[in-house]
Amino acid sequence: MNQKKKSRIEVTAMYLVLLVVAVVIFYPLIWTVGISFNQGNSLYSSSIIPENFSLDHYKWLFSAESDYLIWYKNSLIVSGATAVGSVIFTSLVAYAFSRYQFVGRKNGLYIFLLLQMFPVMMAMVALYIFLNMIGLLDTLTGLILIYLGGQIPFNAWLVKGYFDTIPRELDQAARIDGAGHLRVFWSIMLPLAKPILAVVALFNFMMPLFDFLLPSIVLSSADNYTLAVGLYNFINDQFANNFTRFAAGSILVAVPIAAIYLYLQRYLISGLTAGGTKG
Amino acid sequence: MQIMGRESSHYLYGTAYIKGVIQMALPDYQQEDNKETGGRRKKKHSPALAVFLSILFAGLGQLYNRRYVKGICFLVIEAAFLVTMLQSINYGLWGLRTLGTIPGTDHSIRLLVFGVLSVIGIFFALALYIANVLDARNQARKIRNGWKPSSFRNTISAFYEYAFPYLMTFPGLLLMIFVVIFPLLFSVLLAFTNYNLYNSPPRNLVDWVGFDNFVNLVTVPLWQDTFLSVFSWTIVWTVVATTLQIALGLFLALIVNDPRIKFKKLIRTVLILPWAVPAFVTILIFSAMFNDDFGAINRDIIIPLIGGGGLPWLSDPFYARIAIILIQTWLGFPFIFALFTGVLQSISKDWYEAADVDGGSRLQKFRHITLPHVLFATAPLLIMQYAQNFNNFNIIYLFNEGGPPVRGQNAGGTDILISWVYKLTFDTNNYSMAAVISIIMGGIVSCFAFYQFRKTRSFKEEGEI
Repeated sequence: MNQKKKSRIEVTAMYLVLLVVAVVIFYPLIWTVGISFNQGNSLYSSSIIPENFSLDHYKWLFSAESDYLIWYKNSLIVSGATAVGSVIFTSLVAYAFSRYQFVGRKNGLYIFLLLQMFPVMMAMVALYIFLNMIGLLDTLTGLILIYLGGQIPFNAWLVKGYFDTIPRELDQAARIDGAGHLRVFWSIMLPLAKPILAVVALFNFMMPLFDFLLPSIVLSSADNYTLAVGLYNFINDQFANNFTRFAAGSILVAVPIAAIYLYLQRYLISGLTAGGTKG
Repeated sequence: MQIMGRESSHYLYGTAYIKGVIQMALPDYQQEDNKETGGRRKKKHSPALAVFLSILFAGLGQLYNRRYVKGICFLVIEAAFLVTMLQSINYGLWGLRTLGTIPGTDHSIRLLVFGVLSVIGIFFALALYIANVLDARNQARKIRNGWKPSSFRNTISAFYEYAFPYLMTFPGLLLMIFVVIFPLLFSVLLAFTNYNLYNSPPRNLVDWVGFDNFVNLVTVPLWQDTFLSVFSWTIVWTVVATTLQIALGLFLALIVNDPRIKFKKLIRTVLILPWAVPAFVTILIFSAMFNDDFGAINRDIIIPLIGGGGLPWLSDPFYARIAIILIQTWLGFPFIFALFTGVLQSISKDWYEAADVDGGSRLQKFRHITLPHVLFATAPLLIMQYAQNFNNFNIIYLFNEGGPPVRGQNAGGTDILISWVYKLTFDTNNYSMAAVISIIMGGIVSCFAFYQFRKTRSFKEEGEI
């Protein structure tokens, strides 16, 4: 009886903790949704439960006045290209590192991973000048190339870890049957590594969507802005004035992304632990 | 095109491959036999001469070895290199050495960029050149030992065999060189110049100043004070924020994993929500909520519950730091939670049953079974969390732009090293000092990471094809 009582108290305490955490999680999210339905522009007169419920800000985003849809399109282009490109580049590199012997194999990835620990700020100055020299400044292409190059070391390391778990007997058998290097890669490695490649694609789709530092340096004309830069500019100029608009714009991006994440979270985690921690 | 051709003849190619493996595995004495058959040729062909020729001009050694196509390729490459690149590389090196001589005409920073690119170009040319010399030497040795050059077709396929991993990594390597290596070299070099607002090109020239910037950082009081306070806050921030998010994630994972808790799936979805919402958005939202005057935290929570005029979340360094740590915990715990939940489910029940038989208490079970399992499986990812927070620019900058300002320092109260570097670079244009601090930061984090990577076995050698 005593044991049972103790257990019941424990369970109640656990639910209580979870309830508190849930409130803390939901409060800012609901607050944002509430703010976005407020009529005015200023944060001061807005409240979590709007006094004058209105869809003005959403309507404005889709009106001809705003560049919101262009930014949305730009972001999708950058993210899509980065996702596809990253899968191609990293899987090629990871395949070589996992299965072949060549100069620099032992420490190559290592060195790049360590070099990447250096902060990117100074790199931005160099990249800015370099992009300017080759005429890719203020273009989406330049931005995509930087994302692609920067993601290779970490993701190649993840994918290599996964490739290493695919038994070598499989590709050796294929080789004896006469398959060439690319054939083994294409018909054996890639299909078996689908889970980790999906993770890489997803991460690289998400990462540029809300990266704000790099695009804010590379892109200068409003037509080329990605969502993060555009949204930041809503509130950067006059903080209190456009916050409601920012809230509305953010919700329209955050909701689909959150949905994808929640739907795929199981694969994300298993991919990360499988690739990253393989002993 | 080449791939299609190869696929049609892959059977033949496969056997050739196996033969090659067998040949490599032949014991030494059998290879000696092979040598004897070509003994007559032995004296005629000298590897030393081949090496000498190929050092003289790439490709000559190969021509001497009667590998005409290869030799001509090398010849053409070197000739093209000399004709097209020599002048610009020379210019680049000159620029790197002098950083320009005429103010207003020479743009020091462009010259620096050009110089770094030239150095990278030279490195590649040298690698190719060394490959050429080694190739000539090896081939000459083989010829001396009686090796008969195989047909052109076989040579191509042997080359493909050898070069395949390089071909695979080349596109990635090229991108990484321009995005990772080149900017890094550039910023390391910047640390030894006096590039700042006052002598920035094109009007003025930048000069090499040696270690002056490093010396200034530790001797000039303004820099010294700022560096020490920013550095110590960076360490506190990294340790406290990351440990908090890991602890909270672990705690919640343990609770939700308890068999007595129901609606697990729903609870997990809710707890992962902060991870799913883009951090960029949530940080800006929190920044508005923590606003001193009209933020929701002060207006709806602090003032009604505690009274007074609300807390100075954005204008007082202490409260701003608390707020930032709380926000990071909110942002970071779901990832850890999801990670640990996965691991907890994979721990075998046998362990706990064995512990029950031995009469282990709950705390003992946690300490000796759960914790080691969880930490062992996720250590690299946890370490990465620390490294990420050390470099977590977004939260510091988006929350309060590193503010509030602190008297006697040129960094704000919540500035960590990376956001300080950002300010030095883009606000005050003190590029050289920013580069110095970048180097120090990079050194710290990569030492840390190096130690970690050595411990993970992902990099250990395994057998290969």
